Amino acid sequence: MSLGIVSAAYIAASVLFILALGGLSNQEKAKRAIWFGIVGMAIAAIATIFGPGVANYWLLIPAIAVGSYVGLEVARRVEMTDMPQLVAALHSFVGLAAVFIGLNAELELAAVQAVLASGGDGHEFAGFAAKLAHKNAVEISILKVEVFLGIFIGAVTFTGSIVAFGKLAGKISGTPTKLPGGHMLNAGALVISLILGLMYFNGAGVWTMVAVIIVAGFIGWHLIMGIGGADMPVVVSMLNSYSGWAAAAIGFTLGNDLLIVVGALVGSSGAILSYIMCKAMNRQFVSVILGGFGGPSGPQMEVEGEQIAIDADGVAAALDDADSVIIVPGYGMAVAQAQQSVSELIQRLRAKGKNVRFGIHPVAGRLPGHMNVLLAEAKVPYDIVLEMDEINDDFPDTDVVMIIGSNDIVNPAAQDDPNSPIAGMPVLEVWKAKQVFVSKRGQGTGYSGIENPLFYKENTRMFYGDAKDSINELLKRIS
Amino acid sequence: MRVGTPKEIFEGENRVAMTPESALQLQKLGHECVIETKAGAAAGFSDKNYKDAGVEVVKTAAALWKTADVVTKVRQPEAIELKRLRDGQTLISFFNPGANEAGMEAARDKGATVIAMEMVPRISRAQKMDALSSMANIAGYRAVIEAGNNFGRFFTGQVTAAGKVPPAKVLVVGAGVAGLAAIGTATSLGAITYAFDVRPEVAEQVESMGAEFVFLDFEEDQADGATTGGYAAVSSPEFREAQLAKFRELAPEIDIVITTALIPNREAPELWTEDMVKSMKSGSVIVDLAAEKGGNCKLTVMDKKIVTDNGVTIVGYTDFPSRMAAQASTLYSNNIRHMLFDLTPEKDGVIVHNMEDDVIRGATVTHAKEITFPPPPPKIQAIAAKKPAPPPPTAEEIKATEMEAFKAATKQQTTLLVGGGLLILLVGAYAPASFMSHFIVFALSCFVGFQVIWGVSHALHTPLMAITNAISGIVIVGALLQVGSGNWLVVTLAVISVLIATINIVGGFLVTRRMLAMFQRS
Repeated sequence: MSLGIVSAAYIAASVLFILALGGLSNQEKAKRAIWFGIVGMAIAAIATIFGPGVANYWLLIPAIAVGSYVGLEVARRVEMTDMPQLVAALHSFVGLAAVFIGLNAELELAAVQAVLASGGDGHEFAGFAAKLAHKNAVEISILKVEVFLGIFIGAVTFTGSIVAFGKLAGKISGTPTKLPGGHMLNAGALVISLILGLMYFNGAGVWTMVAVIIVAGFIGWHLIMGIGGADMPVVVSMLNSYSGWAAAAIGFTLGNDLLIVVGALVGSSGAILSYIMCKAMNRQFVSVILGGFGGPSGPQMEVEGEQIAIDADGVAAALDDADSVIIVPGYGMAVAQAQQSVSELIQRLRAKGKNVRFGIHPVAGRLPGHMNVLLAEAKVPYDIVLEMDEINDDFPDTDVVMIIGSNDIVNPAAQDDPNSPIAGMPVLEVWKAKQVFVSKRGQGTGYSGIENPLFYKENTRMFYGDAKDSINELLKRIS
Repeated sequence: MRVGTPKEIFEGENRVAMTPESALQLQKLGHECVIETKAGAAAGFSDKNYKDAGVEVVKTAAALWKTADVVTKVRQPEAIELKRLRDGQTLISFFNPGANEAGMEAARDKGATVIAMEMVPRISRAQKMDALSSMANIAGYRAVIEAGNNFGRFFTGQVTAAGKVPPAKVLVVGAGVAGLAAIGTATSLGAITYAFDVRPEVAEQVESMGAEFVFLDFEEDQADGATTGGYAAVSSPEFREAQLAKFRELAPEIDIVITTALIPNREAPELWTEDMVKSMKSGSVIVDLAAEKGGNCKLTVMDKKIVTDNGVTIVGYTDFPSRMAAQASTLYSNNIRHMLFDLTPEKDGVIVHNMEDDVIRGATVTHAKEITFPPPPPKIQAIAAKKPAPPPPTAEEIKATEMEAFKAATKQQTTLLVGGGLLILLVGAYAPASFMSHFIVFALSCFVGFQVIWGVSHALHTPLMAITNAISGIVIVGALLQVGSGNWLVVTLAVISVLIATINIVGGFLVTRRMLAMFQRS
């Protein structure tokens, strides 16, 4: 294949990728859009493999075969509740690959420069090395900046994603932990990286890049260790964005437009997701990344009243009498693996002609859109799963709201108490419904550690117990 | 403690303040129960029923008053009963403290504690002891039944072989507890029901009961029901005029009018004037639940049923709850039981009269040789005060804010564009052409990315992440380009990169496909 055909293939692949992302605007289009993405990727990979400058097929083919097999198995085996971990793990791969490719670029560059310096004209080089041989001094300088960026972002993404994976999978404690020194440590590491980068720029050799990998790796690890479990939607989207920017940086290094296009698409996608998540928590991106909720800005309103418990019989009777029901799921539903039971419950309620819907807050769960995927897996039709903005006006006309494992996203203090740490965060206005049941393990507070006045409201009843067991108890009583 | 209930001595009163059911519950609180013989007979509870429930039956009222530590009653106690009160005794009853100075003084002089059931504050926690509400509920129901009894036609419309019957039209004035109960009963009998109240905020409750709220064409700041503890307040003369005009318009087509309008501690307002009665059809019925306070219709005669010259029946009974004595006694005795529940916090049969408690303090009118009426306002507001709504913006204001927002957005976008442009210029001034061509691609791709991603549905954010994950496996292209190198280290790193990028691509796409396939429409 000539270079021209390869470029044409890259253009086709870019267009297909854009269509694939654009197709996610609704569920039906999305099923087609995924094929755009697959075909685009196939075109890009085949064009590159059979394009100019690729050799060592005897190594390539097994690597691709093994990679495909592993990918296939992972995709087949993963549980939908484990989706956040998988996404984080895959991000780390992109980060690691970016680091390796950046390092390779530097190694090749050093080799090429050595040959050129000894009086060769670079004829013997093929592929990427040949391209390097034709670069002038300014281009080489820019290349070095790109290599540095690619390696730095790649390393942060790699270790950050591994920590995020560990936290999401429960292998590392979800509580924020920082080394003494906190963010000053990160800032110091950043300064060291920049100094190393400058040294590299002035010809200090490959060891500076290896040092950058280590220092950047530390930043990624320490940064994500300091962020708590419920902020993970932001973290995962942020890492998503970083993996894109790393790919784009590699694209610049290699002078490959396809990589730049895809990297930019992924990078902006992750950035927008982070923005949406921050907005849904009414928090600044920086404050999420720096970790922890700010303290209250004044005395918080006292919560009056008491939490009143109710048993399964009471909830079942109320559900039986209700005409309209809204279910608000949260991370607790995912933890208890209750989505199948919930699905069963709503099928029975819907069979009785009740209007049953779901209200999903943008940051419910540990991944943007996490709840939607879990409910879809449990065969809940997506047209009854509504966004916060779509359903918030309907609560006053709703008979029963059932809250399953969510807390802060239904906290009225966000609207009523200007001194609350979550003041101004958009929340689902469940308390406006006639009756609210909260399925919850115990009397503890949510991730933010804030009391939830909803639990003390007169129309709220607490349905204590593990979410799955509680719903199963209801299933026994509702036929 | 011994909780005792005498037979009601008021003429025609059938209710009783203790039922066998409530006695069982009281015994669970550690109390002993006594009752005067035949006290429950009129409500359908025999002495045997009481004995079976473990209640001691005493022969005379005097003996009962002597033995009981707590006396529970329905009607306001009469002089002879007040005389029987003794030091340390507690009386729980309706007491009408607002107009019963003498009664309170007598009780104080005797040293007795009196809890007046009508003084239970209207807060959520005290709803279970709100006897006014439970009695009003019965009155509202019974009012419709009385009306039906005196109304010669069906409530519901029917089309029969013998001809068509139009549905009755019922107007309920005053949508308090009694009004709402009346609305519920009338609609469930099939009548077309209209309802009116001076508090527009109850329109929603009225509509939820299936009636149509009669709105007035009247602009005025209505008194917020929250400031008056949920009760109606006196309305302005202009408002009254508008209201009467509306009623006049409705009167000729209404078959049954049920008026329940009461303002606390005042004579009932006249809402259904004589001329309205005259304009009603013959055979129509008016039930005036405010008869005791003079009636919402001036033709009403208290405790009597009259028929006007044009054939309109006006029912002025005041004893609706007593007419349903079994039901009323059950509910009232439950109210009393809940009050005793709060008075017996340890469930050990010992009364603790906690004057710090909002509900107990509010209902107590004499305690420890002092008159404690009227009570201080409760600490908790019955109904959360309505927040003052900001005045609706005028057209100009809306225009101005829109203009401002537009200007701000324009300013922001211009700043961004100019800033971005300058930045790119700066890069362009120093970077070589080969870099710039890639940079253009990068900038445009970011732009396309931002445009496209905003359109992604929130529900598909997880698939979005998975698919961006898959396509960011495109770094495989970079690794592929390097794998042909002569350096073994470069080749090794490139091969590893190819391997993990492939995992990313295949895993990412397949898992996305799996997720998307799960999204099903119903």
